[in-house]
Amino acid sequence: MTTIRFTGNIQRHVSAPDCEVEATTVGEALNRYFDRYPGVRSYVLDNQGAVRHHMLVLVDGISIADRRRLSDPVESDTELFVFQALSGG
Amino acid sequence: MNAEIWIGTRKGLFIARRNGTGWAIDDSAFLGVPVSMLLVDARSGNAYAALDHGHFGVKLQRSENGGRDWQEIASPTYPEKPEGVSDLDPMRHSEIPWDTKLIWSLEAGPPGRTGELWCGTMPGGLFRSRDHGDNWEIVESLWNNPLRKEWFGGGADLPGIHSIAIHPDEPDRVTLAISCGGVWVSEDAGANWACRADGMRAEYMPPENANEPNTQDPHRVVQCRAAPEMMWCQHHNGVFLSEDRSASWRELGDMPPSAFGFSVAVHPDDPDTAWRVPAAKDEERIPVGGKMVVTRTRDRGQSWELLDRGLPSNHAYDIVFRHALDVAPGAECLAMGSTTGSVWISEDLGDSWNSLSTHLPPVYCVRLFANTR
Repeated sequence: MTTIRFTGNIQRHVSAPDCEVEATTVGEALNRYFDRYPGVRSYVLDNQGAVRHHMLVLVDGISIADRRRLSDPVESDTELFVFQALSGG
Repeated sequence: MNAEIWIGTRKGLFIARRNGTGWAIDDSAFLGVPVSMLLVDARSGNAYAALDHGHFGVKLQRSENGGRDWQEIASPTYPEKPEGVSDLDPMRHSEIPWDTKLIWSLEAGPPGRTGELWCGTMPGGLFRSRDHGDNWEIVESLWNNPLRKEWFGGGADLPGIHSIAIHPDEPDRVTLAISCGGVWVSEDAGANWACRADGMRAEYMPPENANEPNTQDPHRVVQCRAAPEMMWCQHHNGVFLSEDRSASWRELGDMPPSAFGFSVAVHPDDPDTAWRVPAAKDEERIPVGGKMVVTRTRDRGQSWELLDRGLPSNHAYDIVFRHALDVAPGAECLAMGSTTGSVWISEDLGDSWNSLSTHLPPVYCVRLFANTR
């Protein structure tokens, strides 16, 4: 099972609990997560389904390469972490 | 006093009401989050706040109890961009994202269609809801219009729809203003559109293109409620007036202390009376001479009075953005908010102003609504 965790900063705006899903790619994993928690989708992906410009998705600590199609592979023991680059004042 | 002042800022929403001793901010929401647009819909009583989370994208919230409690609703979402389709900004030749980057205008539909809302966004998509914002659809007739691809950003990187006016007696007549894309009108509730900016002049364009309607930069267009054929426009390089429902526009001369500005407001019952907040054009964008002033015409723009009572007379660097000057539905007060966090209120049609705050976050929009409580 792939584990998906979210930054604490998102929790103020939308509840995004940790979750385990069956998946072979980042896209599959996120879509399964969004099926369960539909309100989270638009916080992570833009209108075209790509990762939002200032959001980051890490697979076992490494930023994914394909932010548009989300095709990076995930393994059964992968941890996927979603967070944002904090900036500005 | 029957109005409330809703203030959208870079760090949240603030609501001011009048109590026994005067005006005071007595509600806030979304602290720390940019609020780009606000609407209280007099038909339903619902309030709407457009949030620009930055990292997390644009979101829309609705309150059914006058701003006490809020719930996230659907946000306008662009359709899937077909593979291989290129949509380039004509000036920068960069790809226009099919993604809601900012909610820049939000207006209630006509009285007979209670759930109808209209929403203008960057990068230029117009959206309509028929169910109080539960669902939104892009107005494809405008988004797919070939002339839409000629729009470009003015000040911002992307073009955007910042003004939406629904005709009070003709529910299918909708007027939009776009920076930079001129003024657009639909007479059939959004099925067909035409650019209606004849007479406008864009000083920033090469002379041979200066009168091209679709490249005009109207900073703000407002319609008089009692005489909706009269529309006022604060344009990038002047003030324009249409007396024939956007069929033609004429530039008003002699605009003290400067023709530049972002905002304009028209008296809801008197089309000849309008207010604006001038600034030194456009390479400075500060009040002329550091002195804050509102100007008012009562004769359809033939002459303008400078109104400064209660406003700072030196070292003021407040800019009032296009949505940050408003007049109450009954004209009982005006309010304006600035980029440096000042908010002023006038209860005598602009003759004098009182400070509500000098230290709010930068103000994006000030909107006056009838009491929600």
